[in-house]
Amino acid sequence: MFGYYLKLAVKSIKKNALLSMLMVLAIALGIGASMTTITVNYLMSANPIPDKSTQLFYVQVDSWDPHNAFNDDNGDPPNQITWTEANNLFNAQQATKQVVMAKSGGIIVPENQDINPFQASIRLTTGDFFTMFDTPFLFGGGWQLASDQQREQVIVLTKRINDKLFGGENSIGRTVLLAGQNYKVVGVLDAWQPMPKFYDVNNGAFDESEEVFIPFFLKETYELPNWGNTNCWKSPEGEGFKAFLQSECINYQMWVQLNSEQEKSDYLAFLNNYVSEQKALGRFPRDMNNQLLDVMGWMENQQVVEDDAKMMMWMSFMFLVVCLLNTVGLLLAKFMGKSAEIGLRRAIGASKRDVFIQHIIEAATIGLLGGLLGLALAMFGLVGIKTLYGDFVENLVSLDWVMAFTGIGIAIVASVLAGLYPTWRACNIAPATQLSSQ
Amino acid sequence: MLTLGPIFRALLRNKVGALLIAIQIAFTMAIIVNSVFIIIERSQETKRPSGIDEANSFFVNSSGFSENFSAKATIEEDLANIRALPGVIDAIQINAIPVSGSGWSMGLQTEPGAEHDGVGTAVYMVDERGINALDVQLLAGENFSASDIRWRGNSASDWPDKIIVTEAMAKRLFPDLDYAQTIGKTVYINDTEPMIITGVIDKLQAPWVGWNNVDNSFLSPEYLERDSSSYFIRTEDGQRDEMMKQVEELLSANKSRVVQNMRSVDYVRERSYRGHNAMIKILSTVIITLTIVTSLGIVGLASFSVNRRKKQIGIRRALGATKADILHYFMTENLIISAFGVLLGAALTIGLNMVLVNALSLTPMSWFYIPVGMLVLCLVGQAAVFGPARKATSIAPATATRTV
Repeated sequence: MFGYYLKLAVKSIKKNALLSMLMVLAIALGIGASMTTITVNYLMSANPIPDKSTQLFYVQVDSWDPHNAFNDDNGDPPNQITWTEANNLFNAQQATKQVVMAKSGGIIVPENQDINPFQASIRLTTGDFFTMFDTPFLFGGGWQLASDQQREQVIVLTKRINDKLFGGENSIGRTVLLAGQNYKVVGVLDAWQPMPKFYDVNNGAFDESEEVFIPFFLKETYELPNWGNTNCWKSPEGEGFKAFLQSECINYQMWVQLNSEQEKSDYLAFLNNYVSEQKALGRFPRDMNNQLLDVMGWMENQQVVEDDAKMMMWMSFMFLVVCLLNTVGLLLAKFMGKSAEIGLRRAIGASKRDVFIQHIIEAATIGLLGGLLGLALAMFGLVGIKTLYGDFVENLVSLDWVMAFTGIGIAIVASVLAGLYPTWRACNIAPATQLSSQ
Repeated sequence: MLTLGPIFRALLRNKVGALLIAIQIAFTMAIIVNSVFIIIERSQETKRPSGIDEANSFFVNSSGFSENFSAKATIEEDLANIRALPGVIDAIQINAIPVSGSGWSMGLQTEPGAEHDGVGTAVYMVDERGINALDVQLLAGENFSASDIRWRGNSASDWPDKIIVTEAMAKRLFPDLDYAQTIGKTVYINDTEPMIITGVIDKLQAPWVGWNNVDNSFLSPEYLERDSSSYFIRTEDGQRDEMMKQVEELLSANKSRVVQNMRSVDYVRERSYRGHNAMIKILSTVIITLTIVTSLGIVGLASFSVNRRKKQIGIRRALGATKADILHYFMTENLIISAFGVLLGAALTIGLNMVLVNALSLTPMSWFYIPVGMLVLCLVGQAAVFGPARKATSIAPATATRTV
């Protein structure tokens, strides 16, 4: 029976080609627009590390100004920590794994004289970074806690930098001259670009990952520059780099891995205890306000999904509603136009149910066609977004299978819903009146 | 107007169809009016002047890396060399570039003490030629003299004694005073460190175009003693691209540094406003598409209703109705539907605007957008229905004699 109804549907669509095309086009436009914006929002709000996102927590403690909260709107603690906290909390080693980090940069002078010196962005971090965030390695691996503690000059390169410096060879054991110091290569990452770049959203949630990784505490040893956001509520006491490190300026991030609720509450207790100790030393003038948010909680807190993207998504949903209303109207017109035919079918024995199924299938067919065309439009839409926004959205404009099927699914469901009322009206056409008017 | 009654009663016999169009018009209006509002607001923002000579300015970064690299000597030499190039009006070292998206901000307050709130402002560290290089106007007070300029060491946390503020900043700090009267006033940085306003310039935007305080900035008389340093260069009209090449060559001759990020101000401006411009284009597309979709919907439904009423139209024609009467009938019918739609639309528009204001901190729209939107959508409806209505007028009176 299904095949027969499908045939009827196709026939009916062909018979009134212009009206049908209008409907398909309206659905396609609505779906195309919605799919484009959903994709961007979906990728912006994607879980960058699904296997562990509930075990990784961003550490926030409130070291801020006694007179002003860091965040006036919600009273949240500062979004980064000071050098002092980075050191103390890291050295305490109270979590299963912990990482402190910051952004920096320096000039790399390649061994190969043919390559000009260039500036590289640096992630200053600690050894657990690589195991906590499951970074893929092409060669070698991360470094151990001992390297952090002894401030060893080791370096992990991204694939891109390894290709540039060593032509993609296994460079483990070679040295890289970075910011005037020689670093021994211990690992080369395979392509790795978490989206969003959750481990440091303060410095651009969709930015590229840094190009090289070196031990965090070397910042102090070699006075490496601060890149990224630095906020201070009071200026450093005294001059020079040491004074800056010891100041209340925040430029550092900390993540901990906590595998159970118990570990989490233990860690929070440790933080509270730590803050109390600092209060006794005259720091932390504000009320106790420590926060541990997991990956998705932190993304939400930092509003990683851009307002513009959200706005476009809402607008496109309303756009879809208009297109569907349009479809309801046109389907109604179409089915009513067929009332004589329906009356005849009813008179020669088709049940209401038959008529209902037949017309729902017709509506679904239109939805399917609209969905397919809409998918094509969405691909155009994403190319358009990329042209308009440039490299910034590079990683946010790819349509995957999940999204493709979702789109077609939405199109069919929406058009069946849109077809319900017109179909219901069509079923209720009485056989007798239609026959008598013939 | 006599026909209004019958048309309305006829409409009630096909409530659903009419209601669908009305709702569609309402949604369309909500989206279109809000989009137009956002477009106008964004395009006004993108047109705000930054205060500098954007078309003829560019900047470049120099990062020294060799061990015996002297920041001080290099900066002095570079500035002398760049300023000597024919085609260059002036060049300065600067810590941040207006509208570029990255920079330095501080808070200034008129009373000392941590308990007082500061006014956020961007900081531009420049020498006595900053005003000329940035092409800003000194409105009151005086420029820095060469002896005012100090070298700011790495990680220095204190500030010079003199500053030059923008007019907007002067007004924010001293709302009761005319900007000229702020000369000689003391303001405090870092809660307690005093600085004296010695000059007021007309306009110089902060690096962050989305910032609430985008017009607040001040000039601080200092050079930065850093291995990595940015130069801002203003050229004669039309000389920018040529000068970019020359400056790059000039700086690259020194092999103990990396010359990078040479960009025109036009380029960073385009990048900073790219999101705005993209939004404007996307919303324009939405408006056009939506108008087309809704118009086609009206055309489709009106054609259908004309077809259904062929016999009725024929009878009316046979009874003496003119073609104009028929046209009038359908146009009026659409006007009734549209009127209902735009009334609903006005409510939806306000609702959507409230949602946007709440969720995305947009400013509320002005009232006049609503009536204008209502009028425009009624006109769109009339235009869309005109085709089918004209077709209806061509139905011959003889149709009345046929049975179908």
